[in-house]
Amino acid sequence: MIPPAFTYLRPTSVEEAIALIAADEDAKVLAGGHSLLPIMKLRLAAPTALVDIGRIEGLSYVREAADVVSIGALTRHHDVATSSLLAELVPLLAEAASFVGDPQVRHRGTIGGSIVHGDPASDLPAAILALDASLVLVGPTGTRVVPASQFFLGFLETATAPDEILTEIQVPVATGGFGFEKFTRRAQDWAIVGVACQRRGDDVAVALVNMAPTPVRASATEAAISAGQGLDAAAALSHEGTDPVSDQSASSEYRRHLAHVLTARALAKAGF
Amino acid sequence: MEITLSVNDETIRRDVEDRTLLVFFLRETLELTGTKIGCDTTSCGACTVLLNGQSVKSCTVLAAQADGCDIITIEGLADGDQLHPMQEAFRENHGLQCGYCTPGMVLASISLLAELDEVTEASVRNGLEGNLCRCTGYHNIVKAVLAAAEAAS
Amino acid sequence: MPGSLLGNAVRRVEDPELLVGDARYVDDLPIDALLHLSFVRSPYPHAKIVSIDVDAARSMPGVVAVYTFADLGVASSASGMGMNPKVQRAPLVEDEARFAGDTVAVVVAERLAQAVDATEAVEVDYDVLPAVADLDAAMAIDAPLVFAELGSNLYTGSREPSDEDPMAGADVVVRGRFENQRVAVAPMEGNAIAVVPGGIGDEFDLTVHVATQMPHRLKDAAVALFGLDPARIRVVSPFVGGGFGGKTGLCAEFATAIAVVRLLGRPVKWIETRSENLVGMDGRSQVQYVEMGFRSSGEIVGLRGRVIGDSGAYGGFGGFLAMGPTRNMAQGPYKIPKIRFDVAVALTNTSMTGAFRGAGRPEATAMLERLMDMGADDLGIDPAELRRMNFLTPDQFPYTTVTGMLYDCGEYERALDAALAAADYATLRKEQAVRRERGDRLQLGIGVSSYVEITAGGTGGEFGAVEVHPDGTATIRVGTAGSGQGHATSFSMIVADRLGLPLESIKFVQSDTAQVPRGGGTVGSRSLQLGGSAISDAAKLVLDMGRELAAELLEADPADVVVNDEGSLGVVGVPARAIPWSKLAALSAERGETLAAGVDFTPPGATFPFGSHVSLVEVDLDTGKVTPIRHIAVDDAGRILNPLLVTGQQHGGIAQGMAQALWEHLAYDEEANPVTGTFATYGIPSAAEVPSYEASNTETPTAYNPLGAKGIGESGTIGATPSVQNAVVDALSYLGVRHVDMPCTPERVWRAIVAAKSGAPEEPWREPPAIFKTLPDRVERARPGDEETH
Repeated sequence: MIPPAFTYLRPTSVEEAIALIAADEDAKVLAGGHSLLPIMKLRLAAPTALVDIGRIEGLSYVREAADVVSIGALTRHHDVATSSLLAELVPLLAEAASFVGDPQVRHRGTIGGSIVHGDPASDLPAAILALDASLVLVGPTGTRVVPASQFFLGFLETATAPDEILTEIQVPVATGGFGFEKFTRRAQDWAIVGVACQRRGDDVAVALVNMAPTPVRASATEAAISAGQGLDAAAALSHEGTDPVSDQSASSEYRRHLAHVLTARALAKAGF
Repeated sequence: MEITLSVNDETIRRDVEDRTLLVFFLRETLELTGTKIGCDTTSCGACTVLLNGQSVKSCTVLAAQADGCDIITIEGLADGDQLHPMQEAFRENHGLQCGYCTPGMVLASISLLAELDEVTEASVRNGLEGNLCRCTGYHNIVKAVLAAAEAAS
Repeated sequence: MPGSLLGNAVRRVEDPELLVGDARYVDDLPIDALLHLSFVRSPYPHAKIVSIDVDAARSMPGVVAVYTFADLGVASSASGMGMNPKVQRAPLVEDEARFAGDTVAVVVAERLAQAVDATEAVEVDYDVLPAVADLDAAMAIDAPLVFAELGSNLYTGSREPSDEDPMAGADVVVRGRFENQRVAVAPMEGNAIAVVPGGIGDEFDLTVHVATQMPHRLKDAAVALFGLDPARIRVVSPFVGGGFGGKTGLCAEFATAIAVVRLLGRPVKWIETRSENLVGMDGRSQVQYVEMGFRSSGEIVGLRGRVIGDSGAYGGFGGFLAMGPTRNMAQGPYKIPKIRFDVAVALTNTSMTGAFRGAGRPEATAMLERLMDMGADDLGIDPAELRRMNFLTPDQFPYTTVTGMLYDCGEYERALDAALAAADYATLRKEQAVRRERGDRLQLGIGVSSYVEITAGGTGGEFGAVEVHPDGTATIRVGTAGSGQGHATSFSMIVADRLGLPLESIKFVQSDTAQVPRGGGTVGSRSLQLGGSAISDAAKLVLDMGRELAAELLEADPADVVVNDEGSLGVVGVPARAIPWSKLAALSAERGETLAAGVDFTPPGATFPFGSHVSLVEVDLDTGKVTPIRHIAVDDAGRILNPLLVTGQQHGGIAQGMAQALWEHLAYDEEANPVTGTFATYGIPSAAEVPSYEASNTETPTAYNPLGAKGIGESGTIGATPSVQNAVVDALSYLGVRHVDMPCTPERVWRAIVAAKSGAPEEPWREPPAIFKTLPDRVERARPGDEETH
């Protein structure tokens, strides 16, 4: 219940924050704290310092330019979920954010924190994967932009270098049909399996929650839809190439079954 | 570090250990023990307070993160002997038994009604997904929140 | 007499304090110079302790002391139910940790954070041993042994001496192996204790502030363990954040806290974290091999049960529930001519089980009600009808069951009829048929359950006292120990009714051994019927004293003196000369007397509440997910004193039953590691998962107490658990599904559907383990029904 001792640091600029994390390899970046503080309270993580980027000005916003919606990394889930701009231009992302945790968690947790944590059971990583979003990473040597398809490297592992900070999520406008399906036993739970689905003309992008060590695209399903196959036949391929865990909530076999059912539902919602 | 914040409309300045969670700051430093601790995984909502008007779980916020913020706890709701309408609704509808989840439940409900576009039984139930109660089966809690919404409209 | 409050929905007097955050629970008490405890716990389900190095921890900032078994100075003693003298436990592990979470050492520090930090610096060298958590596996011949010296994991057990076959004459026999999975008590406030030593000249050497349902029993246990002078220890509870059976005794951590205070002479506090609570305050768990025989007419011919109860690592009460209340209530509300019921109580490498809401009766009811539904399915009789034709009838009471229970009274069919009517059962069946016909993917399940349960069983009598003061107020002192049930309100209503005093002028005292001389506590749904009756009788005695005094002053016959609407005592028809209670109490005080009476109320026997529930669920055939959509409960707890409180108890109970049927499972993996140790993984439902409930009552007053009341705290759980489970199976029965174990998780339901559709539905029966052939014969107890229930 009590986190191990650490030094709390509160930079006022991205540059200052980067300098602080670069100086201490055991330091961690703190945003909303809703991924990091829970594991520290259970003493599963013990960073020496927390670099709280929460007060850095200008990292909480949703804005659009040239058919790309940019979302500041510190934008809270609640604000993503209720953004009228997102509702209009990237409704899948707003919908997915409305399923994160519970209202209290959504009031504090940030989109950047959730994505950098890289939990395959989280809702937002799969959503941005389906949306072909890009992640803006700022480090000591400058800024780079990494596509979501290259961002999630392994279980709780992303392309973010130890001395980098995620500052912005860039999402191409996606106003076609969409579907987000989250299967849980209780509303506040992590997804047993989830599906994020974004229609683009006659094609579709489908990303799966909790079906592998990272969020993954259901490529076989996408190809089947592009090839004109029916919804259920395409959905049946959703778990190809996945590697879901067996745990207390579900066996891998059941997760594969759920991926099929939920993908079919998400595709139907997306208008297929 | 030193933090300055408003708690129940009073300005507070204190020195805290960096790792102090907001819930411990409220309970131990300020002796506002109405805020409860019910779990260690941000699951139960017993520690819910309002931070800048929104419900948050104070077990997952550092006191340092609340520096400069406005906090309202259960102690800050009633006006003298006059209960807040949500407290009154809980009392009128027997929305509490052991009372341990109640402070968090009341504050989460206040925040929820402030945000809900449409107050229905389903939206209230879904909106209270982050607060656990072992006594009431939620029936009278939901009834109380719906009654408070009705009274406010 | 003033207009009676009794029977009215009176708002709770305790609420304002709770609603504004003023109510103090143990962790909220302002106690000076408190030290904090944090336990070092075994990470292994079973391990020899080779060595413990506490030096580094002792030198950490703020650390005052670190204790292990060797220096705490409390020896092992018979543990749990104490039914097996070889099963012993010390507050801190002597040489072998027997579950993951077992208490190995304790750190005492100035601040809690320092104590927690230092526990990480205690180095324990473990020699890991094989472990077992599964009940069937624990009973196997080659099982890893929890206590090697026992030679098996059988803690205790018994079989019926007779070899008579209870299935003889049956046309149809149904059978199943049912898991009544382990559930956690998980009150929102976990265990909590603050122990304060006395100073020179203080009345007590030890003051124990503790969250408990049984303060007097806890005091007795501490006195016995430490050899204390009973007059020098005070046990007192502030507000308690829920009990549900989990807060009844002197657990290892409490004993440690007391031992530490005796060693250090300084106040200490221990507040259980949720992660500790979920590996420490475990509820109940059984595996049931049960069979029921019917004639083709539907008449029951007999029941056979072979049940394994789980007592955890140290012989916990939870295991004994199978031998006690589950066996006792095995007949339920039915005519069952023959019952054989054999029980093995197992030791497992899991935390010690205890009582939890229902404690043995939900298990009895679940077993019967699954069998009744299986029977109905095989016989082609509607499940409600099959129950109706087998009910004991009102003319049979008082009725002694085959297992020796004396049922006081009941009208089982009336409650079932009321539930079916409230549910509009016939229409629901039509709706179900339509959905099946249409091939809907969301199928409707309708679950029925009928139950009878036992309350205030075998826990003796209860003390209650009432005193009227010269300022016109009154004080209630009672030996029950509520934790949210509303006793301050209901008990004050009784006194207000008897004495004509306003509710606000009545002070309520419970859970303080310094102010209440004795008490049985609040367990087994006993409080109103025993404590309330004691208060009622005491109030009557005080009224008689008041009438004597008033008669003396008014020069009237006491028989003509009554309480009037203003709460004064006067002669019938002459209200102007009535004398207020304050004046009578003042007169009493002038004479060196008090206007007070204390009563020990002992009932002639336990009472047997009953009822019927109808539960409606939707099952998603594609995912297996179950959504409860309606729940109708008709519970009969005798005469109702405050319907607001009764309905609240029903609601909470229903939620718990539903939670066991669908979500909660305190699970261990094959190596006995707990896998549901937080609220993120142990699935307590929120408001989002459950519907509103339709709770109502029939009222069949018992003659066993002056209030006519039976217990209501556990009925909801007992009735709801099987009705929800039955609803799930009912939704799928047309596919050939016979049974789904609890919790009916989406995956289990999906697997049952897949198996049934493949033409090979899951078979719910298999032969029980061999242990049942070698159990010792059951010895008839002196007074059947005396086993404690919580």
